[in-house]
Amino acid sequence: MILSARQLSVSIGLHKVCLGLDLDLAAGTRLAILGRNGAGKSTLLATLAGLRPADAGTLLLEGKSYAEHGLRNAAKLRGWLGQDRSDPFATTVLETVLTGRHPHLGRWGWEAAADVDLARKTLAAMGLANMEAREVHTLSGGERQRVAIAALLAQTPRLYLLDEPLAHLDLNHRIATLDLLSRRARNEGSAVVMVLHDPNFALRFCDQALLLFGDSRHIAGPVSAVIDAQTLSSLYGYPMKPLVTADFPQPIFVPE
Amino acid sequence: MPSHRRALLVLLLLTALSVASLGVALAAGSMALSLGELWAMLSGANDTARTIVIDLRLPRALAAFACGGLLALAGALMQVLLRNPLADPYVLGISGGAGVGALTAMLLGLTGLGVPSFAFAGALATIVLVFGLARNDGSSTQTPLLLTGVVVAAGCGALVALILTLAPEQKVHGMLFWLMGDLSQSATPLPALGVLLAALAVALPFACELNLLARGAEQALALGVAVPTLRRIVYVTASLATAAAVTTAGSIGFIGLIVPHLVRLAIGNDQRLLLPAAALAGGSLLTLADTAARTVAAPIQLPVGVLTALIGVPVFLYLLGRSRP
Repeated sequence: MILSARQLSVSIGLHKVCLGLDLDLAAGTRLAILGRNGAGKSTLLATLAGLRPADAGTLLLEGKSYAEHGLRNAAKLRGWLGQDRSDPFATTVLETVLTGRHPHLGRWGWEAAADVDLARKTLAAMGLANMEAREVHTLSGGERQRVAIAALLAQTPRLYLLDEPLAHLDLNHRIATLDLLSRRARNEGSAVVMVLHDPNFALRFCDQALLLFGDSRHIAGPVSAVIDAQTLSSLYGYPMKPLVTADFPQPIFVPE
Repeated sequence: MPSHRRALLVLLLLTALSVASLGVALAAGSMALSLGELWAMLSGANDTARTIVIDLRLPRALAAFACGGLLALAGALMQVLLRNPLADPYVLGISGGAGVGALTAMLLGLTGLGVPSFAFAGALATIVLVFGLARNDGSSTQTPLLLTGVVVAAGCGALVALILTLAPEQKVHGMLFWLMGDLSQSATPLPALGVLLAALAVALPFACELNLLARGAEQALALGVAVPTLRRIVYVTASLATAAAVTTAGSIGFIGLIVPHLVRLAIGNDQRLLLPAAALAGGSLLTLADTAARTVAAPIQLPVGVLTALIGVPVFLYLLGRSRP
């Protein structure tokens, strides 16, 4: 099991995000976290990443707690994509992607040719080939987001935790990114957890879903079992309705 | 990312610049010496010229080099710690605290080691005060630390103004010189040089982690950096470096702000190279500035802080204008 949580309770301030959450992420799992703004999706993701403590419960990454792993070893096993993209100092695209290699370098280590090759490959995979010398502050929002995802891919963790990976991306790159992440999970035996805002993407690219209702209630399970019109309507506080077409195996959920 | 080889080349060039700046500082002055004469003297001959060079110019040149290196290193570290390219070694009030200490010592009529001791005590008191007041900071930004430092610096500024108002007139001149930064008073360069080496030895092993911290605390934590510990190490190192520099030479301005920027423009923002390069460049620059300060208007000695500010302001404004899109 790559990540397992038992009876995990998470809160931020007085807001209870979830109580008694059980999760098991095996190799190949793609989990979508869905919920309204402020439901605590990012807080839960940061907790699963070991970046903030849980109130109660146990969390094991490859059978050991984050404390037992230590910061650096944990960073080799799990990668986390946050929402913050501020760059106070000038830096190039390649340098930014190479930050993902940090956990794999020693204290006096200097990035080797293999690290640079890997960084270039991930840039190409994110559709950013030939942009390695660009200053990041000259990039568009979507390009900057793809550079951040490329840095996460260059980290080569076993567990990918992504907070709104699709932010600022155009439709073409949304599909490409989700496709690439779910292929990584299936082909390389890793697990992917993503905060998403579109239940249709969750149905299409993920096999598991975790719905946070914002009042400490949650539902977790296989996407086809937990995502239906009634649950989504209550999750988002807006009536949702399924459209069934012959072109797709699953229904498509649209707001009424 | 600079390659390993380029990094070595840059450091080699800057080392050469450092040696050259020290050579100029030893040779220039009311008794100018050629390079040959300088060499002959350093390797033996014993006369008045030797006394001037070894006992007067050498300690002052080394003190200038150490202070410049300390300020540039502290500035580079503060900029990463606060994730703010406009931060400098004095932004958290350390020079203000040292100023209050030094001026108090002068007001009390202390001489010799009294002034630097009081200055160092004032700097240490500020470091402890700012860190103590700002320590409940669990946020991802360093805004509480920055605001606490700025407010404490403002308070120290008020105290300095108060002391200047109350001080008898014959003492005010010396006080103003100290405040503007002045190397003619520095007794021995050894403490400052020692602190410079120690600060580099502490900071350099964390250079990789600093690269990540500059990009954001949470991302750094996720990549395996012990962020709270690293921040404490950086704060203490940069603060003590600043305190050592200010104690030796008063608050010399702009070295700590513009040298990290100049170096960053030339070689990029990789801290593994930036930190040692900034220390060497800052040392060289202040050594040259101090040599100019004691020679351009001889026999009047200008306070070197005035000279660095006069050079620093236009250079910095130029850089700021250039970096705007």
